[in-house]
Amino acid sequence: MKTLKIEELSKNFGSTEVLRKINLEIDEGNFLVLLGPSGCGKSTLLNIIAGLENINEGNVHIDDYNVSKVEPKDRNIAMVFQSYALYPSMNVRENMIFGLKQAKVSKEKIEEQLEKVSKFLQVDALLERKPSQLSGGQRQRVAIGRALVREPRIFLFDEPLSNLDAKLRVEMRREIKKLHQQLKTTVVYVTHDQTEAMSLGTNIAIMNHGVIQQNDTPENIYNKPSNTFVADFIGSPSMNLIKGNLKESSNKVSFVTHGSNIEIPINGYDFKEKSNLDNKEVFFGIRPEHIFFKKSNEDDFEINLRADLSEYIGHEQIMTFNFENQEVLAKFPSTVKIDLSKNTKLFFDLTQISLFNAKTEERI
Amino acid sequence: MQDKIHSSYKQLEQKSKYTNMFLRWFLYFVLVIFALYFIFPLYVMVVTSLKTMEEIRQGTLLTWPSGLNFDSWLVAWGGRGYGAGDTFLKPYFWNSIKMVVPAVFFSTFIGAMAGYVLTKWRFKGDKWVFLFLLFGCFIPYQAILLPMARTLGVLGISNSVIGLVLVHTVYGIPFTTLFFRNFYVSIPSELVKAARIDGAGFFKIFFKILLPVSTPIIVVTIIWQFTQIWNDFLFGSTFSFGEAAPIQVALNNMVLSSTSVKEYNVDMASAIIAGIPTLIVYVLAGKYFIRGLTSGAVKG
Repeated sequence: MKTLKIEELSKNFGSTEVLRKINLEIDEGNFLVLLGPSGCGKSTLLNIIAGLENINEGNVHIDDYNVSKVEPKDRNIAMVFQSYALYPSMNVRENMIFGLKQAKVSKEKIEEQLEKVSKFLQVDALLERKPSQLSGGQRQRVAIGRALVREPRIFLFDEPLSNLDAKLRVEMRREIKKLHQQLKTTVVYVTHDQTEAMSLGTNIAIMNHGVIQQNDTPENIYNKPSNTFVADFIGSPSMNLIKGNLKESSNKVSFVTHGSNIEIPINGYDFKEKSNLDNKEVFFGIRPEHIFFKKSNEDDFEINLRADLSEYIGHEQIMTFNFENQEVLAKFPSTVKIDLSKNTKLFFDLTQISLFNAKTEERI
Repeated sequence: MQDKIHSSYKQLEQKSKYTNMFLRWFLYFVLVIFALYFIFPLYVMVVTSLKTMEEIRQGTLLTWPSGLNFDSWLVAWGGRGYGAGDTFLKPYFWNSIKMVVPAVFFSTFIGAMAGYVLTKWRFKGDKWVFLFLLFGCFIPYQAILLPMARTLGVLGISNSVIGLVLVHTVYGIPFTTLFFRNFYVSIPSELVKAARIDGAGFFKIFFKILLPVSTPIIVVTIIWQFTQIWNDFLFGSTFSFGEAAPIQVALNNMVLSSTSVKEYNVDMASAIIAGIPTLIVYVLAGKYFIRGLTSGAVKG
């Protein structure tokens, strides 16, 4: 049984297509993050799961039951919003029990739930306050509490942290993670922040233009991006994508860029399909953190590149190098001293590279 | 070198100090002039209403009254006590109250509902509905007098307070809807979504969640509608006469129907009485008026 299953789901607003043939599945207790740039359709997808938007095509199943025509309140879900959406005229207590009262739950049961949840989230001292008298973090807690008291099957989070300042955001991120570890409920979480996605999700679905680009574990998303969009979206700075060609001779495969004699051997690369490789136009992808200033392992590729720019950001520095007139970024500890405008010896960790077809932009 | 630069700074500093001082005094001067200009008519009205006719004839407009003489106020409110031809404001004042209270209530309530639907329960073509409602704000009232008179006749409520309530409610709705729509646009729709997930329906969301936070705009609407309806003369004089007339019509009749002498003191007292309710509303709710008008401009 899948807690949530979405089949061939499409949605348009008028003539604009927002979601195209979305398929998704979540197992009980998993934490799925919908990640993507703004306007990619992730919030719409969440609203559809909640029942707040209609579907044009396809179905949504919760616990194997098709809920496409079920009212939001009957879907056994709870949602936490970006603006918290606490009812301004009600105090914290009324906010948290509003849903239960609508559902005609008995008074004793309501009190019991309220006490349990408010203690758990440490908002029991705030019950008589109005939302306007709470800090951002407290409001966030109350919003989560309002979702928790209903004991839903699925939690939906719509960018819940993006209204908080940077420090609080990191704190609340940890709290949400703890919450999920303790309660083991199923979560669908929408964000545009990759750090949030990576640290919270057991699964991440990366979306762009209404299509899921890759749905995988955080490790696979980071290490084996399925196309250049994912490669570029995840990581800061994002993956270097160097344009060039593959060269195959006597069972040895290497990567060359136009008009240069640099040849990077890539025999160890795990190709999806190992045919027709010769002369194929590709992007050679390597993350800035996989370029080193001293040898890290035996097969590292050694290369001399000119350093053009240095960006100091405290614990580390981002260096820009010139690779045959293409920019290559590398991340080093800030203690390393590298001279600008001079050639520096660098080491590419070839076990960590990705290759993409330059035309389809898909991983090969 | 440095001394030179410093002394030139000093000079500039002095200069801008004098300029600022001059501008400040100039500003006060202009403000005082405007204040006098606006308060002058009111002064004349109050002073005249407290004079006897004798004093009015002898003194000038600005002369201070010899004493506090409220006789003309009493006449304006309650009449002189003789039968035919004695017009006074009291019954018409209550006519106006009976007209303005329900009309303000209904137009505000319907406007709030309409604003709620147009922002939180969008439907196909809602923009057109809003556009047509907006037309209502720009239609000159003179243009609808005849059709409205016919409608009231068909409904059998012409020349009655109820008829005026209906007319004012209908013609208030475009404005009240505009106010509430613009207010509710600034309230996050996520509130409605959250309430829907919590199981609240259309009316529950309106009464429990939106209406309690609408105080500023309700006050704005009430002030606006109250002033409009209380001060209306056109509808009042067209759709009612005699007993059913609202106060502004009565005031007009009173001032124009004086036979022999113009009793300026009674006229002035009547005019002030007719204006007092709107003044009270402004004083009581004025601070909300500004707050409500600017709300939505800044984030709550």
